[in-house]
Amino acid sequence: MALEIIETCVNCWACAPLCPNKAIVEAKPNFLIDADKCTECLGDFADAQCAAICPIEGAIVNELNEPLNAPGSLTGIPPERWAQAQREIAAR
Amino acid sequence: MNGMSDDIRRRVQDHPCYSEEAHHHFARMHAAVAPACNIQCHYCNRKYDCANESRPGVVSELLTPEQAVKKTLAVAAAIPRMSVLGIAGPGDPLANPERTFATFRSLAEMAPDIKLCVSTNGLALPDSVEELAQHNIDHVTITINCVDPDVGAKIYPWIFWKNQRVFGREAAEILIGQQQKGLEMLVAKGILVKVNSVMIPGVNDEHLKEVSRIVKAKGAFLHNVMPLIAEAEHGTFYGVMGQRSPSPDELKGLQDACEGDMNMMRHCRQCRADAVGLLGEDRGAEFTMEKVEAMVIDEEFSRAAMARRKELRDKVTAEMDAKRARARAPAPVQQQVITLHRRPASADFSAGRPVLMAVAAKGGLVAEHFGHAREFLVYEVTGEGAKLVGHRKTDLYCDGGDTCGDGESVLAKTIRALEGCEVVLCSKIGFEPWGQIEAAGIAPNGEHPMEEIGTAAVAVWHEMLAAGKLAHAAPERQVA
Ligand code: SF4
Ligand code: SF4
Repeated sequence: MALEIIETCVNCWACAPLCPNKAIVEAKPNFLIDADKCTECLGDFADAQCAAICPIEGAIVNELNEPLNAPGSLTGIPPERWAQAQREIAAR
Repeated sequence: MNGMSDDIRRRVQDHPCYSEEAHHHFARMHAAVAPACNIQCHYCNRKYDCANESRPGVVSELLTPEQAVKKTLAVAAAIPRMSVLGIAGPGDPLANPERTFATFRSLAEMAPDIKLCVSTNGLALPDSVEELAQHNIDHVTITINCVDPDVGAKIYPWIFWKNQRVFGREAAEILIGQQQKGLEMLVAKGILVKVNSVMIPGVNDEHLKEVSRIVKAKGAFLHNVMPLIAEAEHGTFYGVMGQRSPSPDELKGLQDACEGDMNMMRHCRQCRADAVGLLGEDRGAEFTMEKVEAMVIDEEFSRAAMARRKELRDKVTAEMDAKRARARAPAPVQQQVITLHRRPASADFSAGRPVLMAVAAKGGLVAEHFGHAREFLVYEVTGEGAKLVGHRKTDLYCDGGDTCGDGESVLAKTIRALEGCEVVLCSKIGFEPWGQIEAAGIAPNGEHPMEEIGTAAVAVWHEMLAAGKLAHAAPERQVA
């Protein structure tokens, strides 16, 4: 049972000091979670601490590869709107 | 003394961020040691630096506290004008207390003459006040965009609080509570507090007048209203959702409205969090970490550097004191840009109205070529003096290279940035832009090169008065 940080992580350091198991390591190109140490915070906190502070939607996933913070859940930007803005920028 | 006590004036008089006068003479730098943040603002995208303290879309090189200390000492040795080190990001300094305080601790020891300051969103502030007081940090900037949680819910989608992510109105309520508590605690400790606000049209623009009133009542010494910068390519909520930025006139209107309550900081340029040098003059590229690491910085080096800084500071302080003394003396025609002074309430404008003039300035003089100006300082000018009321950034319109091909559209942008100004003062201006500026209803003026801004501006005002241009209202100027 462990969470994983994927490449969309922006290396902002917010998660690392919160981990009760010191499972998060600074690494390049993105931070990593030591799967042997991560307990998904069970027994320590109600919410997985890394996922509760991470500002980047989708940067932290569970063992099923599902993001703990779904698209739009943190920024409030509806995913369709985001896609539309990206298309408009690309078309300029 | 116009809302600013002598004690505070003395404490900010050589602070380039706070004193309009000092920012011509002293330099500051920011060290990017604090990456983490504990809240989300709708004008920020965490891929980039904190948008409160730098322009959106900027990424600074993250430094360890050791690197930051070395870099600060190197810069302060090369630029004796360096008088302030601030930590403002790239996240929230107080959400990274170990890194932030480690930097302050070493610097207080190795360069005790350098002022230390810190900016924060306020969430972790009450917990940090004790430690801030210990490190003798006398300037703290809090970004306060609202005092009403319903307004806050439109600005902050979430905060991280007591091991949980908290959303919406509840989040805003906690954040506001912490900001206000932190402000009160700092004031009680005698630490100077500046408040920054981001003006978001339709969200908090009217509300900021109340914010201004409240933070002043609680003892903040300066309120700085900055415009929202929102572009879709920054990937921020406001940028993507099409929230507009305020126009220069709207910004000035709000700053004027808030000024009745307290001192405003009109010369703020939303400088970069790792900027080095005078405000608006970024020398960061000279001091990359690679170059700094190669330097040998020992005790002797630091002591010599400190002595050079003291010498310079004494000289400038003496000059500024002399200038202030002259300004106070009842000389017949003494035009002077006086730091943070408001226009005297008794001023009589029946003989001519105030005029907004844009100035291509360098070191307090009309010394920049129009096409080379990265920004224009905007002064409200009357027969009695010139008061700095803002600054307008340009996309550099002529850099003398082959990028000049695009010059025309950039000139159009510059003209738009000068909205509301009737005159533009510069040391020199080309024939081509001259015509276009004039066509836009702004009078270009290159007749006062290297003159002190206040003197030049007032002279131009008198010429306008003599020409009968000031008897009626300004053409096409919206009254905010
Ligand atoms: S889920 Fe908890 S234990 Fe696992 S890495 Fe995140 S903070 Fe650490
Ligand atoms: S909080 Fe998220 S973005 Fe920041 S370092 Fe951790 S995983 Fe990466």
